[in-house]
Amino acid sequence: MPRMTMIEAIRSALDVSMSRDDNVVVYGEDVGFFGGVFRCTQGLQQKYGVSRCFDAPISECGIVGTAVGMAAYGLRPCVELQFADYMYPAYDQIVSEAARLRYRSSGDFTCPLVIRMPTGGGIFGGQTHSQSPEALFTHVAGLKTVVPSNPHDAKGLLIAAIEDPDPVIFLEPKRLYNGPFDGHHDRPVTAWSKHELSEVPEGHYTTPLGKAVTRRQGEAVTILAYGTMVHVALAAVEETGIDAEVIDLRTLIPLDLETIATSVARTGRCIVLHEATLTSGFGAELAALVQEHCFYHLEAPVMRVTGWDTPYPHAQEWDYFPGPARLGRALRDVMEAS
Amino acid sequence: MNSLTPLRFHVPEPASRPGGKPDFSGVAIPKAGSTRRPPVDVAPEEIRDLAYSIIRVLNHEGQAIGPWVPDLTQDELVAGLRHMMTLRTFDARMQMAQRQGKTSFYMQHTGEEAVSCAFRIALGPDDMNFPTYRQAGLLIAHDYPLVDMMCQIYSNANDPMKGRQLPVFYSSRKHGFFSISGNLATQFVQAVGWAMASAIKGDSRIAAAWIGDGSTAESDFHAALVFASTYKAPVVLNVVNNQWAISTFQGIARGGSGTFAARGLGFGIPALRVDGNDYLATYAVAKWAIERARLNLGPTLIEYVTYRAGAHSTSDDPSAYRPKHESEEWPLGDPVIRLKQHLIAAGAWSEQRHKQTEAEILATVIAAQKEAESFGTLHSGSKPSSRDIFEDVYTELPPHLRRQRQQIGV
Repeated sequence: MPRMTMIEAIRSALDVSMSRDDNVVVYGEDVGFFGGVFRCTQGLQQKYGVSRCFDAPISECGIVGTAVGMAAYGLRPCVELQFADYMYPAYDQIVSEAARLRYRSSGDFTCPLVIRMPTGGGIFGGQTHSQSPEALFTHVAGLKTVVPSNPHDAKGLLIAAIEDPDPVIFLEPKRLYNGPFDGHHDRPVTAWSKHELSEVPEGHYTTPLGKAVTRRQGEAVTILAYGTMVHVALAAVEETGIDAEVIDLRTLIPLDLETIATSVARTGRCIVLHEATLTSGFGAELAALVQEHCFYHLEAPVMRVTGWDTPYPHAQEWDYFPGPARLGRALRDVMEAS
Repeated sequence: MNSLTPLRFHVPEPASRPGGKPDFSGVAIPKAGSTRRPPVDVAPEEIRDLAYSIIRVLNHEGQAIGPWVPDLTQDELVAGLRHMMTLRTFDARMQMAQRQGKTSFYMQHTGEEAVSCAFRIALGPDDMNFPTYRQAGLLIAHDYPLVDMMCQIYSNANDPMKGRQLPVFYSSRKHGFFSISGNLATQFVQAVGWAMASAIKGDSRIAAAWIGDGSTAESDFHAALVFASTYKAPVVLNVVNNQWAISTFQGIARGGSGTFAARGLGFGIPALRVDGNDYLATYAVAKWAIERARLNLGPTLIEYVTYRAGAHSTSDDPSAYRPKHESEEWPLGDPVIRLKQHLIAAGAWSEQRHKQTEAEILATVIAAQKEAESFGTLHSGSKPSSRDIFEDVYTELPPHLRRQRQQIGV
C-alpha cells in the first residue's frame, strides 16, 4: 500500500472524489494553477480543467457565498480557505446560510458543501496563522465538524465529507501536513513515511463521520484529543508511563459520545486536550458531557489541557502550545486526585 | 501653533424629514422614451451614461414610447396588471391579518409591485431567483398558490416551511424562488454561485440576484460583483432602490456614488437604471439583461428606481422618519395606476373592468385566506409538529438531537 503525507492523502481524496463525481468542484485562493499554498490541490486543475478547479478572488465571503449557491444548484463544492484564521469574513455565510439552508427551506434547498481550512499552530504562524476555531463551528446547529489526525483518516474523512449531504467544516491540522508532530518542537522532525497511518489506499474508501477511534487502550485515565493533540497525548503517555486510554475523536459534531462514555466509565478519569483557547472551547462541552454521562464513575475532576485564553503568540509559541510536558503534569495530577 | 484646517465629519441627510415638505428635486427624471437602447453585446464602457439616467417607457399620458417599448401583447399586459393588483390585495389582507393577531409580522410591497411582477415574466420558467423579502411578485406572477403563501405567513399546519421561518420567508425551488434569509445581502453572492454552477455544467438556466439599496453596503454585495465580473457569471444583479432602508435614507448606503447602478461600472459590469414603477420599462430592461446572460455575455447590474410607499414592515411607522405625505410626491407615480392608464389609453381596459377585476381578485384572495385559516393561524388552530424543531437540521437526526427531542417528549 502506498505511503502518503497528509497533504498527499488530502489531494488523493479530492482526486478520487472529482474523478467519481463531475459535480465536485474545488476552488479557493491560490488553489488552481499553483495548487494551493500547502499544495493540497496540486495537479487537479491540469487533470480536471479550469472549470472544476480554479483560483478565487481573496474574498472568503465570496468563496463560501458562491459555494452555497453552487451547492443549492446541485454541485458538491469543496472549497479551501487558506487558513482557518481567515474564515471570519465567511462566517455569516457559514452560520446563517450553509448551516441553516436545509432547515429553513424544509429540505427544498440543501447545502452539500465542504469547507477545508488549515488549522492549529506549531509552525510559528503567529496570531493569524495558528488559530483553532473549531468551537465556533461546533456551536452552530447544522454543521458537521471534522479534524483528522493522520493521512489515512484525512483521506477517508474528506471523501465522506464530500459525499455527505450536509455542510462539513474540515479542519486540517497544518502541523501534521508533513509529519506526525508530538509537541517536541526541539527534536528532529519525523516524516509520515515511518508512521503506520501513512499507509493510504490509492482508490475510494470512506472513514465514517461521527465515529471516534481508540488510539491506545489503557485503564488509568481517558484522554480525549483530536488533530495534532492525538500525537501529543501518545507522547505524554509514553513519557509518564501512565496507562492512559487515548481517544481520537476525529469528528466533533456529530460526536461519538458512546465511545467516550464507555471509556471514561471504565477508567474513571478524564483529561480533555485541545490547542484552542480554554474558555468556552470544545473541551468545555466534552467535560460537561463526561460529567453528565459518567458522574458516578468519576474518581477525579475532569481536567482540561488547552491553549491559554490569549491570542496565539509568535515568539512564545512553545509556552502557549499545550505540549507533552503540560499534559504530563495534568496526567500526574489527575492520577493523584481522588 | 496649528495652521491646519480642522477636519469635518460628514453625515449625509435626506432632503426632508417629518414636518418638512417632501423634496424629490434631487431625483432627475428623464423624459419617457428618451434613453437609448444599445445592443445586448455592447461594451460596458460604451453605456456608462445609462448607469446615471433612468430608462422609461410610459409617459404622463400613459403612452408607451421610445426604443425600450417591449414586445408584450395587450393580454400579457392585462395579466401583468392582474399580478400587481393581486399582490397589492394580498398585502392588504395579510397586513390586516397581522394587525388582527393572526401572525407575528408582515412586509408589504406597496409601490414596488412592478419590479418583481415584471421581472418574473421576463425570466424563463426554470431560472432561479435569489430574492429578498420584498419580491413576492416573483411567486404570484409564476402562479405559486396564494394559499401556500398564506399558510407560510400563518406558520400553520400546512406551512411548507413547517413553522421555522418568519412570515414572508418563502422558498420554492419549483417556482425558481430561493429560500429567504433575514441576514441581508447573503443571497446576492449565492446567486452568482448558482449562475457559476450553471455555466460550469453547460446548463442554459440563469440566476437573478436581488438586493435592496441599504444592503448594497454589505461585503456580500461587493463579493458578488467581483465574482460575477471575474467569472462572467450568467446572472442578473438586481438592486431595488426604494429610497428607504427602514428609517435610513438611501444616501447612507450610496455615499458619494452618483447612483447604485454606478457601482457596477468599476467592475466592468454593464449597469442600467430603470423606472421601477413602469411595468413596461422594467420588463424591457430585465429582458435585455436576461438575454445578455443567456448569450454568455455575463452579468448585468440593474437599479430599479422606485419608492417604498408603505412601512418597512409591520414593526415600524414611517411618519417617524420621513414626511407623512412623501409617497404622494414621489415623481414616478404608482405602478398599478400607470399600467392601468396605459391599458385604458390603448383601448384594452376601462375603469369598469378595473373595478370588476379588483372585486374578483379580492374575492379570490379572501377565499384563499379562508382556506389557509382553516389550517390554523400562528396563535390558533393546527400547528406544525414539535418534532419539526429537530428535523432537517441534518439529513439524518444525529444522536445529540435525538436525545434532545426525547427531552420534550416527541
